[in-house]
Amino acid sequence: MIRKDDFEKRRQHLKSLSDEELKNYFWELAEKTVNPLIDMAKKYTSPSIERSVLLRMGFSSMEAKVIVDKTLDNNLIGKGAGHVVYRYSKLANLTIREAGLLLMEDKGWDEVIKSFEVRK
Amino acid sequence: MIDNKLVIRNILKDLDKYKPRRNGWTWREHIPNQKLNNFTYQETSKNLKNSVPLPAAKYFNNIDPQPQEVITTEIASGRFEDDIRRMRMAAWHGADHIMVIRTAGQSHFDGLIEGTPAGVGGVPITRKQVRAQRKALDMFEDEVGRPINYHSYVSGVAGPEIAVMFVEEGVNGAHQDPQYNVLYRNINMVRSFVDAAESKKIMAYAKMLQIDGAHNANATAMQAEKVMPELMVQHAINSIFSVKAGMDKNLIALSSVPPIASPAPDLKINLPYAVALRDFFSEYKIRAQMNTKYMESSTREATVTHVMNLMISRLTSADIQSTITPDEGRNVPWHMYNIEACDTAKQALNAMDGLKDLVSIRNDGYMKEMVRELKERSILFFEELLEVGGYFEAVEKGFFIDSGLYPERNSDGIIRKINGGIGANSIYERDKDYFAPVTAHFGYNNVEQYDKAAVRNPASLINGSTFEDRSKIQYIDELDPNDNVDTRLREKDEYRNSSKIKPEVEWLADGFVVVDITLPTSIRKAEIAAIEIGKKMNLEDVEVIHKEILHPLEASRIQIKGKVSFDIDLNNLVIPEELHSISDEEIRDFVKKNPFKIVAATVGEDEHSVGLREIIDIKHGGIEKYGIMCEYLGTSVSVAKLVDAAIEINADAILMSTIISHDEIHYKNMKKIHEYAVEKGVRDKLIIIAGGTQVTPEIAVSQGVDAGFGRGTKGSHVATFLVNKKKEMMNNEN
Repeated sequence: MIRKDDFEKRRQHLKSLSDEELKNYFWELAEKTVNPLIDMAKKYTSPSIERSVLLRMGFSSMEAKVIVDKTLDNNLIGKGAGHVVYRYSKLANLTIREAGLLLMEDKGWDEVIKSFEVRK
Repeated sequence: MIDNKLVIRNILKDLDKYKPRRNGWTWREHIPNQKLNNFTYQETSKNLKNSVPLPAAKYFNNIDPQPQEVITTEIASGRFEDDIRRMRMAAWHGADHIMVIRTAGQSHFDGLIEGTPAGVGGVPITRKQVRAQRKALDMFEDEVGRPINYHSYVSGVAGPEIAVMFVEEGVNGAHQDPQYNVLYRNINMVRSFVDAAESKKIMAYAKMLQIDGAHNANATAMQAEKVMPELMVQHAINSIFSVKAGMDKNLIALSSVPPIASPAPDLKINLPYAVALRDFFSEYKIRAQMNTKYMESSTREATVTHVMNLMISRLTSADIQSTITPDEGRNVPWHMYNIEACDTAKQALNAMDGLKDLVSIRNDGYMKEMVRELKERSILFFEELLEVGGYFEAVEKGFFIDSGLYPERNSDGIIRKINGGIGANSIYERDKDYFAPVTAHFGYNNVEQYDKAAVRNPASLINGSTFEDRSKIQYIDELDPNDNVDTRLREKDEYRNSSKIKPEVEWLADGFVVVDITLPTSIRKAEIAAIEIGKKMNLEDVEVIHKEILHPLEASRIQIKGKVSFDIDLNNLVIPEELHSISDEEIRDFVKKNPFKIVAATVGEDEHSVGLREIIDIKHGGIEKYGIMCEYLGTSVSVAKLVDAAIEINADAILMSTIISHDEIHYKNMKKIHEYAVEKGVRDKLIIIAGGTQVTPEIAVSQGVDAGFGRGTKGSHVATFLVNKKKEMMNNEN
C-alpha cells in the first residue's frame, strides 16, 4: 500500500488527549495486540518446547531430539513428549532416564499409545 | 597482585564438573556523591579492585571512575577460546556485560549445538563453550571485584532449549524477541510467538535480563529515522508479551538506538525520539545501543557518532550502556577496538557526570511537538494493526520496516506469511491431558491428572528437574573429532604461554598488523599503491581496510592490514631499563636545598625548539616546575656558546637538543660539546644531557655526554636524572 502522510487527518481523535491519557491508550492497544498471541502460546506446543522439557527432565540435546521426533511420528505430541516419557516410566516402573532411553530404541511405544488411547 | 597470564587449557579442565556461581542479572552499585581525587561524582558506581584507567588518569592520581550504567561489550571472533582472553581485557577496561554473538546460521539450527566448533562472524553457542566462558568470567570478576553479566541469544527455532541451557549454565542475560525471528530470520511467526512464551517463562525463572530486538529495525530500514513510530510498537509488543509470560518489568530492557547519525542533525531527531520512548516505557529498563547503520570504515567517525549517542544516554537515561566497536564497519571486531569502545563509553560518561544538574531538556516548542507527534504516530500504527486483524495480519500486509514515516506508507516493508518461513506448521495443540513434569513451563499443563498437590511444582513428580538438581544435566563434551577447541589450541601451541610472540588482532598469533599510509595521489591509485607497499614490506594477505580522501589530487590516506610471517622470541630481546622518575616531591626538596641551574639550547643549524621547550617549560610539566633555574639560549646555538654560557652563569648542567639527524650530525655535536667542555676544564663539574626524537640513549652516552633522551621523554625523567647524577657527584666530592 502506498499512502501519503495523512497524520494530521488521522490524529484528530488523539489531539485532545492528555499525555497521561495518550500513554494509557498506547498500552491498552499493546495489550489488545498481544492478548491473542499469549492465548495461542498457552494452547500450543512445539518441537523446541518439548525438547526443552526433556532437557529439564535430564536428557541430553541429542536424546531429546530423538524422543521428540518419535513422539511426533507416533502422533503423541499433543500429550507432551515429557508426558510420554513420564507415562512410560510409570507403566514399566522405570526411572525417567531408563524410560526415555528405551523409547529412543523404539521400545514401549505401543504401551504408551494404548494407555493414551490414541490412534497411530 | 595478579601476575598470571590465562592458561586456556586450565579453564577447559574439569568443565564437566563446573557449577556456575549464580543465576540472574546484576546491576552496578551506584554510589551518589562519590569522592575521587577531590572530585565529587554523582553518577558513578563502586570502584574496581583491578582495572586499566583512561590514559589521562595519570594526571589525576590514576583514578578510574566507573559509571553507574552497566557497560556492554560484544565479543565473538569465531573462536571462543581467544574471546576469553579478550573478555579479560574488557573486564579490566570496565565492561561488566559481556555479550556473545552467535555464529551465522545458528538461529536456523533445529536444536542445541554441542562441542566447540569454530564459527563465522560469531561463535556456535554450545553448553561447553558457555560453561567455559562463564567459568572464565567467574575468575575475572574476582580480579576486578565486580560481578560480570554474561549474555547471548535466545532466538531462532530452538529458543526454549537454549533458554533451558542458559539457566543451567548461569547465563545472566539474553536477547529474546519473537519479532526478530519473524522479520530478520524468516522464522515462522506463529512458531516464534509460541516458543517465545516458553523461553521467556524460563528466563524469568532464573531472573535473567531480557533485551529485545527492536534495534535491528534501525539497521535494516532504508531510512532509519522513518521507523521511529513503529519501533515503539515493536518494543511494546515484546515488552507486554514478556510480562504476560511471567517476566518482571525491571528485567525487561528495550534495545534502543538513536536512529540517525551526523552529518544528519543527530540530536534534533534522536533526542525527541529518546524522550518519547522513555515517557511511554517508564516502567521498563533502557539498554542504550549505539548506531551501526551509518558506520563506515573510519573508526574516528564511528567514535564521534558513539559519543553523541552517549550524550543522549546521559541527557535522558540508560540502565545498560552498550558499546559498538568502531571497527565494526570493516571487520569482525578486533581486540583493541573492543577496548577502545569500552574506554569511549567510560570517558564520555565520566565527562558527562551530573549532566542533568547542569542542563535540562526543554519541554516546550520543538521538543514538545516532536515528542508528542512520535507518540501519536505510534498509536495510529497500533490502531491500524488492530483494524486489519492483529499482529500476524499486519506482518502479512508488510506493516513493518516500511520506509514511510507512519502513517505514510511506501509499500516496501518486510512481508512474512502466517504459513511461511522456517518452522512453518510446526505448532501442535495441547490435548486436555497434555502434561510436562518440569519447572518454568508456560501455558496449559494438566498436572492434576497425576497429583493435585503437584500443580504448583510439577517437577516434584520427577523428584526435581535439572533446575532443582544439577546432577541431572547431561554434559556433552565434543562431537566432532577435528573441529574443536583442542585441535585449535594444538595448532598454536608454539605461541601459547611461551616466550615466542606474534602480532594479533583477534586470535592468538594471527599475525595481523595495520599500516597507515598517506600517499600523494588520488584515492584509487593510492589504494593500489598501498597494496604494493604492503607486499614490499613482506606482508601476506594484504587488504585495504580503510581509505580517506585528504584531497582529491594531493593526497589519500589508506590503511592496510596484512600478516607478518615471523615471530619474536622474548628471550632473545635485550630490553633496556625503563626510564623512571623519582617523586615530584623528592625532586623539589632536593632542588630547594641545592639550587640548580641549567642552560639549554638547540645546537647547530637546528631551529626545532618544541621538544626542548616541553622539557623545560613549566606549563608543559617541564623541569622548571621543580624550581630548577633554566637559561634558554634559543635555537641554532653553537656548541662553544652553550658551554661558555654554562661557565659564565656557573650552571650545573647543559641541556642540548638535536632534532636534525642526517649525516649523524646530532651525535657529532654531542662528541663536540663533550670535547669542548674537556678543553675548557669544566667537564667534571657539568652534567651534559642531549635529547631529541632520533636520539638513542646508549649511542649518546658513547659520544661522551652523560645521558641521552629520545622520543617520549618527560620533564620528570630529565629532572630525575639530574638529581640522581648531582647526588652521585656530591658523594664523589665528599
